[in-house]
Amino acid sequence: MSMIEIKNLHKYFGDLEVLKGIDLKIEESDVVCLIGASGSGKSTLLRCINYLEKKTEGEIWIDGKPVDETEDGINKIRQEVGMVFQRFNLFPHMTVAENVMEGPVTVKNMDKTEARKLALDLLEKVGIADKADVYPEMLSGGQQQRVAIARSLAMEPKVILFDEPTSALDPELVGEVLKVMKDLAQEGMTMIVVTHEMGFAKEVADRVIFLHDGMIAEEGPPKEIFENPKHERLQAFLGEILA
Amino acid sequence: MSSIIDFFDTVVVFAPKFIPGVIATLQLAFFSILIGTVIGLFVAVVKLANKKPLTFVMNIYITIIRGTPLLLQLWFIFYGLPGMGIEIDRFPSAVIGLALHNGAYISEIFRGAIESIHYGQREAARSLGMTRGQALKRVVLPQAFRRSIPALGNQFIIAVKDSSLASVITITETMLLARQFVAATFDVFPIFFVAASYYLVITMGLAKLLQKLETKLKVGVR
Repeated sequence: MSMIEIKNLHKYFGDLEVLKGIDLKIEESDVVCLIGASGSGKSTLLRCINYLEKKTEGEIWIDGKPVDETEDGINKIRQEVGMVFQRFNLFPHMTVAENVMEGPVTVKNMDKTEARKLALDLLEKVGIADKADVYPEMLSGGQQQRVAIARSLAMEPKVILFDEPTSALDPELVGEVLKVMKDLAQEGMTMIVVTHEMGFAKEVADRVIFLHDGMIAEEGPPKEIFENPKHERLQAFLGEILA
Repeated sequence: MSSIIDFFDTVVVFAPKFIPGVIATLQLAFFSILIGTVIGLFVAVVKLANKKPLTFVMNIYITIIRGTPLLLQLWFIFYGLPGMGIEIDRFPSAVIGLALHNGAYISEIFRGAIESIHYGQREAARSLGMTRGQALKRVVLPQAFRRSIPALGNQFIIAVKDSSLASVITITETMLLARQFVAATFDVFPIFFVAASYYLVITMGLAKLLQKLETKLKVGVR
């Protein structure tokens, strides 16, 4: 039983077909990196999985069940599928700890004392427990993204989707975020990562998927993808990005 | 010299006589701002829900209120509605008229503030599993509210001054008293001076209050 199974997914924005029939299976504890040029549909694919984008056609199964596509069903799915955004999207009017507590308290009705304990544990895990009571504005981008990861972990998701989590960071801050993600991967978290960090993909991914023009053009273990790319578009893409 | 003494004499004599009127002004302002804010929030949220018939109704409300004079609206409620068999007492008439008026403007203030919140905030909230309502209440509105305070403050101050129009439906507030005192004494300058001073004190106090609120809510935002 796959953690996520996507069958024949199509997505249109108006007349523009952005995803042209994606089939994808992701097993528990898999770390899958989605790579591809901008406009290839990788972010859209990611956002369709937790229904931030409404797919036009196709099926999504999560944890062995087709997603119940009612309002309530989608809210349930989102509790199980966490998301980390390129621009962090922390809540600026809440402290770091409150950001992490927000999901459990509001969505799961967790007691506040208990939620704060959970938040502090998670902040410890991502290495910024000392910033628990400051506002996100006071943090660097790398720290903010680590808080965002902790916020997503607080819901105890089965899968976390990362949408270019290091693309908005200064180069010297990328490493600290990738390290947290690597730790998560080693603990067995199922992760789907849209990324331009080929180093991370090579080192951490179980599987790399290359999207081109709304379709999966090539997929395989990172070694194969990076050392022996078959699709000419992938060859060109890697040539540009690794040059 | 004697005219200056006369001026202060009249001011001192009439200042306390204004108190009941000032209380009425404060009551009118308080209720019309409070109810107007509730109406404004409701209308803004309904409009943002993007349901065509509801948006249409709200737009009609905003168009009529913004497009006709407040004076006419108050007359209509107090003198016009009884002709249709709807009779409302003076004070509630004034509060309803002023609140509906403020609500239309406040709804646009809130709508602008809510739309100015980056969509990523809503997405982050929804991706935690929050319902639309929870995301609005916990994430969007607190930020939008803070952003709307400068414009809201403007509207609240206008509301205080607009309450003077309630004098036309015979509510004994500051402005009506001023006109009555002037009619009785012909001491135009000192009496309007006292009335103006009371309005200034109220609006300056309100501005101060809003400034404090803004500082308090500014936490975490540079």
